[in-house]
Amino acid sequence: MTQARSLIDEGGKRTDGRTANELRDINIKVGVVKNADGSALIEFGKNKIVVGVYGPREVHPKHMAQTDRCILRCRYHMTPFSTDTRKNPAPSRREVEISKVIRESLEPALMLEDYPRATIDVYIEVLQADGGSRCAGITAASVALADAGINMRDIVSACAAGKVDEKIVLDINDTEDKEGGADMPVAFMPNLKQITLLQLDGRLDKDQFNACLKEAISGCERVYEIQRASLMQKYFGNEPELKNGN
Amino acid sequence: MQEIRRKFVIPGDTIVEGNVRPLLNAHRSGNSIISSRIGIAEVARDGAKVIPLSGVYIPRVNDIVIGKIKDHSSLSWDVDICSCFSAHLPAQDLFGRDFSPARDDMNRQLSVGDIICARISTFDRTRDPILTVQDKDLGKIPFGELLRISATRVPRLIGKRGSMIQTIESATSTRITIGQNGLIVVSGKNKDGIELAIRAIHMVEEEAHTSNLTQRIRQLLNVPDEQQEGSTNRDDVVQEAVDEPRADVLANNERANGDESNAEDGNYSK
Repeated sequence: MTQARSLIDEGGKRTDGRTANELRDINIKVGVVKNADGSALIEFGKNKIVVGVYGPREVHPKHMAQTDRCILRCRYHMTPFSTDTRKNPAPSRREVEISKVIRESLEPALMLEDYPRATIDVYIEVLQADGGSRCAGITAASVALADAGINMRDIVSACAAGKVDEKIVLDINDTEDKEGGADMPVAFMPNLKQITLLQLDGRLDKDQFNACLKEAISGCERVYEIQRASLMQKYFGNEPELKNGN
Repeated sequence: MQEIRRKFVIPGDTIVEGNVRPLLNAHRSGNSIISSRIGIAEVARDGAKVIPLSGVYIPRVNDIVIGKIKDHSSLSWDVDICSCFSAHLPAQDLFGRDFSPARDDMNRQLSVGDIICARISTFDRTRDPILTVQDKDLGKIPFGELLRISATRVPRLIGKRGSMIQTIESATSTRITIGQNGLIVVSGKNKDGIELAIRAIHMVEEEAHTSNLTQRIRQLLNVPDEQQEGSTNRDDVVQEAVDEPRADVLANNERANGDESNAEDGNYSK
């Protein structure tokens, strides 16, 4: 049995040089897919994910349509070149599950009842993966949905927290995910202060759980500021404030 | 004159707090009025609303739209109006009340691929939009260049009291038919004029909420500046960008009817 290496050094720095409550660099570009109704490209550390939103549009096959509301369909897909070893492009069990949890984390933010008998399709394509791709996918999908002009209650922001070397840390990367103690992805609506996704892989006691959740929510709030800035930049350029005119 | 407060918002932003009515693209949560779209929020005496800057076309009764015939059943044509709902044009609308599916050939009036200009006569959340062509300037559009812009840019393309579209039409000697759904038909005798008009329309779409757009369009079209009409400050631009589509249709129709005297309706005299 191999000795587990330490993921946090004496100076409190993690494997990628971050402190415990430091996010990776996040960059979001809105409107990158010309033919989509809404789109976004997110760089979340080494993760690179492009999201395209199509709709509201007619449902095919028609029998899937709901008479009182719109249906939301999500596809999370990893490109074959997104990981170290080639990934089979066919949808895996993991991708099917992540597609489902992403759909369920976005649904509470959308006013689906405004578009009866229609569908909104969200395509999340992971170009490069480095841990936390579901959180980055949710974050980008939420921006793309807002870009598509779909009625929303709030923007959904997502960020993971976890336990590494018995310490609670924010924004787990790939190494920490594989070798660390716990990983907790959280999606959060910052204005409504509601959680739309909470998963936990690993073991935490009650205090650790609360600390981890608090840390993840604070991460979501910081991610929200970046989402907001990217949308404002696309639609209003460098004029964040509108002079009051009448 | 009533005071209107405006600000840029994204979904989830609080527009205003207190006893204000939520109007278009806004909803109430507790004591706050929340935006549900990206756009320009307006708070006036009658309530708070958001003028969206993105989104697909959602039909509304009495909207003038341009559509493409994609199929027909024995009683109606299916029309693609670039929305999430497929529209239907009843055959009786063109054949009259004595229409008989057995006797009349629907292809005689409209065939697949034809472009029509129509008004939405009925629409609600339980059924697809029903169109009518029983009005002035409605029906089949026989020729012209068809192009598509975002439906949210249509008010900006029309401009205050139809000023923008009038400028483009007169400078390029073309006739431009605009549908609220973002489909546009440009027709005219001069090929260069049509190309220039299309370039101007795309420029309006891409730069809809930027300053001095009217001036840049005038430069593109080689139209001399008129001081009183040029929108040179940000407030004018926003005002033009946020005018309600319904008002623009009215303005457009009035313009088409040559009735300029009534163009300044309530929506423009803020």
